[in-house]
Amino acid sequence: MSRASLFIPLGIFLLIVSVGYIGFSLDNRNELPSALLHQPFPEFSAGVLGDPDRRVSKADLLGRPTMVNVWATWCPTCKAEHAELMRIAELSDVRLVGVNYKDVAAKARRWLVDFGNPYEFVIVDQDGGLGVELGVYGAPETFLLNAEGEVVYKRVGEVNRRIWRDELAPRLAQMGVYKMPAPETENSTMGSGR
Amino acid sequence: MTLRVLCLMALLTAMQSWAVSPVDVYTFDSPEQQQRYKGLIAEFRCPKCLNTNIAGSDAPIAQDLRRTVHRLVVQEGYSDQEVRDFLQARYGDFVLYNPPFNSRTLLIWLVPLGLAIVGMLVLFGLLRRARQQQAVNLDESQRQRVRALLEE
Repeated sequence: MSRASLFIPLGIFLLIVSVGYIGFSLDNRNELPSALLHQPFPEFSAGVLGDPDRRVSKADLLGRPTMVNVWATWCPTCKAEHAELMRIAELSDVRLVGVNYKDVAAKARRWLVDFGNPYEFVIVDQDGGLGVELGVYGAPETFLLNAEGEVVYKRVGEVNRRIWRDELAPRLAQMGVYKMPAPETENSTMGSGR
Repeated sequence: MTLRVLCLMALLTAMQSWAVSPVDVYTFDSPEQQQRYKGLIAEFRCPKCLNTNIAGSDAPIAQDLRRTVHRLVVQEGYSDQEVRDFLQARYGDFVLYNPPFNSRTLLIWLVPLGLAIVGMLVLFGLLRRARQQQAVNLDESQRQRVRALLEE
């Protein structure tokens, strides 16, 4: 046995350690790859919060870029992201639609009065049936649909300033419902959406 | 007195069964259907709770998925495979404890196999080397020295 081959076990050990180090430092165990990404939004029929006579379906989400935000009053992270949603509604022309997920209608209406309503309308999903269709496993979750109703981006967890800047704003600009602010650096590739 | 004790016992028994099984109450058309339901909910991983199946989790999403599986089996008449496809289409491979063999899961299927092959090669190598090692031929004086050393 040559001297160099004595280092093989050490090499294997270091390999295992580095794979473990990288694997465990990723910390993405709570993130599921969405099965719905690049798939058409599922068909549904549901009621609307605060408007008991109205029914909405997938057709109500088509025609222009739409952000579907799954939220509930029992969800603290939803509270945390609400201000950001208000800001997005203000800044861009994307259609924001809420899905009130497994919640009490009265509480949800109260929430929108208290904290503001960024949504064009809010779909009521009291029993989580639409949530199952969407592959929702917690709130908040946010889906970005193009005008054809295809899911182009999905966020599990809070929509915050970073997600807006890195993920949402460039996509909305590309879809023409948001104008990127003048770039601070010259080599901005996204350009300003028309 | 005995009546009172009996009442108390009955009450306690009732409370206990209520306490230990906060499970959903579902009805089935046949025992086979119930068996299929039980088998299926044991087969899927709860999306929220990392390593529990949806049968064993109290997470709201697991309750929803149990209800969904029940609906698919009892009302919609789905086959087991159709139920699997239904959940996989919505929650991805994550919900399947038995991941399918495809380009993304290539590694988890092939690495153990590869390691087993490497291990066997190493084992065979060692065995062959052990067999090839010849006994050392010693002359009579050397033998005597060995024997003397061993007896010391």
